[in-house]
Amino acid sequence: MRLLGDNPVALTVAKLAAVVVIMFSFVFVVMVPLYNVLCDALGINGKTSGQRYEATVIQIDESREVTIQFIATNSDGMPWEFRPTQTMMKVNPGAVNDTVFLARNPLPRDMVAQAIPSVSPARAAEYFHKTECFCFNNQPLGGMESTEMPLQFIVDQDLPRDIRTITLSYTMFDITEMALDAVASR
Amino acid sequence: MGDHHHGPAKGLSRWLFATNHKDIGTMYLWFSFAMFLVGGAFAMIIRAELFQPGMQLIRPEFFNQMTTMHGLIMVFGAIMPAFVGLANWMIPMMIGAPDMALPRMNNWSFWILPPAFLLLLATMFMEGGGPAFGWTFYAPLSTTYAPPSVTFFIFGVHILGLSSIMGSINIVATVMNLRAPGMTYMKMPLFVWTWFITAYLLIAVMPVLAGAVTMMLMDIHFGTSFFSAAGGGDPVLFQHVFWFFGHPEVYIIILPAFGVVSQIIPAFARKPLFGYDSMVYATASIAFLSFIVWAHHMYTVGMPIAGELFFMYATMLIAVPTGVKVFNWITTMWRGAMTFETPMLFCIGFVVLFTIGGFTGLMLSIAPSDFQYHDSYFVVAHFHYVMVAGAVFSMTAAVYYWLPKWCGKMYNETMGKTHFWISFIGFNVTFFPQHFVGLAGMPRRIPDYALQFADFNMISSIGAFIYGASQILFLYNVIATIVGGKPISDEKVWDGAEGLEWTVPTPAPFHTFSTPPQVR
Repeated sequence: MRLLGDNPVALTVAKLAAVVVIMFSFVFVVMVPLYNVLCDALGINGKTSGQRYEATVIQIDESREVTIQFIATNSDGMPWEFRPTQTMMKVNPGAVNDTVFLARNPLPRDMVAQAIPSVSPARAAEYFHKTECFCFNNQPLGGMESTEMPLQFIVDQDLPRDIRTITLSYTMFDITEMALDAVASR
Repeated sequence: MGDHHHGPAKGLSRWLFATNHKDIGTMYLWFSFAMFLVGGAFAMIIRAELFQPGMQLIRPEFFNQMTTMHGLIMVFGAIMPAFVGLANWMIPMMIGAPDMALPRMNNWSFWILPPAFLLLLATMFMEGGGPAFGWTFYAPLSTTYAPPSVTFFIFGVHILGLSSIMGSINIVATVMNLRAPGMTYMKMPLFVWTWFITAYLLIAVMPVLAGAVTMMLMDIHFGTSFFSAAGGGDPVLFQHVFWFFGHPEVYIIILPAFGVVSQIIPAFARKPLFGYDSMVYATASIAFLSFIVWAHHMYTVGMPIAGELFFMYATMLIAVPTGVKVFNWITTMWRGAMTFETPMLFCIGFVVLFTIGGFTGLMLSIAPSDFQYHDSYFVVAHFHYVMVAGAVFSMTAAVYYWLPKWCGKMYNETMGKTHFWISFIGFNVTFFPQHFVGLAGMPRRIPDYALQFADFNMISSIGAFIYGASQILFLYNVIATIVGGKPISDEKVWDGAEGLEWTVPTPAPFHTFSTPPQVR
């Protein structure tokens, strides 16, 4: 058998096949993370920070009110009852607000869930600060139990004036198996 | 195997185990024509439904399947394989090579295509119907809300992507390694040049398409959330990945068409191509620019203003190399001893109509006005001017131009010219009014529309039936030529034609250039 280098056609094919592999991986290892980094930096796709926000200057803007709408949904196959106690709040930018979401596990077994937030309009995401959120941690819940999950947030004073309504959506995912695996591997 | 030449095998095995570039090229061409008729039949169903406002013939869900399948079949089943077939036939003959560099892979890259399209077409008979999310298959329409058959669609796209990648690797390997002595890069015919660059585009972006559908597959079956905002992903990411493939894809379709036109116009103007070097550089520039303009398909998703401006200016920049090409074609014809045989008519039709499509493309490139035109029939009119009057007209011209060489028989010129004029009129009657309904606000991909669009839609439908019928004439002419055309034996079928493919006997023998020619 000849070496690859002896055969110019085989060499060309090997190089081109490498390009194909590189471009396929490029989608997963470059495009997706790069997109997330860019969106994060520019604050454009409605993802809020997963970190606790430390309020710096507290100055309540009494001149305007912003309507906050809450939406709770379950991902496919998630059996929990999951809903906000209030579907709508009117808040002043800068003020600290509290609300509570309810969750109930209707199955007789222990489960762990994780809520993923999303803000609409996307432009509002960087002005929506959560000082306390059940989405920062996962939510273990015993069989047939229910719980109240607190959310504390501040709408930034710098929120553009044309945004009058912000929708905060949570989707609840069943991560029981992932959580069990993590425990088992520890 | 001895030194003696051997002819083709007999019967079915000639085609099933074909490794000859001419046989494989022929199979590609027939396959793509069959797909062209299938996709065309779907278009006829669409136009029949849109003949009058209101729901007349089919249900909206089926209408959505028709628009989706029409787009997928035409792009991946008709236009792309047609040009691959042409590349198989012509590239070895144009560069003085005995065959493609990888004949067995060539066989495989053709034979996985029919199963891919059978799979795609079979989805229409499955529960929930076939893909109904548009040929761009935006998530979440193609993930969360897709019919169960979407998995077969994904597998089909994987297979046809593999076929395109193998075909392109073969073309690059052939062009780089099998050129006859003296055939330097800057002496290669433009059809070879444009395909060489197209093959690189395909190798770069078909894996991206494969990545996009793989992510869809994972979202649907393996619990990931690449495109689901609910799980921390983003549906807009899908559009970025898709168009990062999709924009180079439109140049993959049109660059070989540029190559064909650059071969045919000099032959019938009886002058060498004006500005050969600038044609090569313009092709390369278009290929490069195609990678940095993808987001002009998605101005309305909510990009930062800097993004809108970047993609707008970059898109407008493409008009420069494209303008160079149109200028060169016109200058080639200028004061040439022109005759107007069928291939030339289709090429002139190409230059005129492609330029109109280019201008509407410029209108669409302007971000602020695109907010008005986005997803309207104006877009439909634009891309049919470049896809049909661009790619399909040039492909038709290529068949008329080289068919006498391939089979050693002359087609019926009167029938060819009739085909051109019916096509040209039918095409314009179909798509020109779509500019008006689009600007007036008719959205694309809808089975029913507001009453004020009724007249133009009826005109459009009548044009579509005329255009569709003219393709039957084309099919008849080709078959009649092969079966009982007037035999010819001149090596040069057209007196103005230049190039190595015209130095071999007519009809082109099974094996050509077993000993390489010397190119001066």
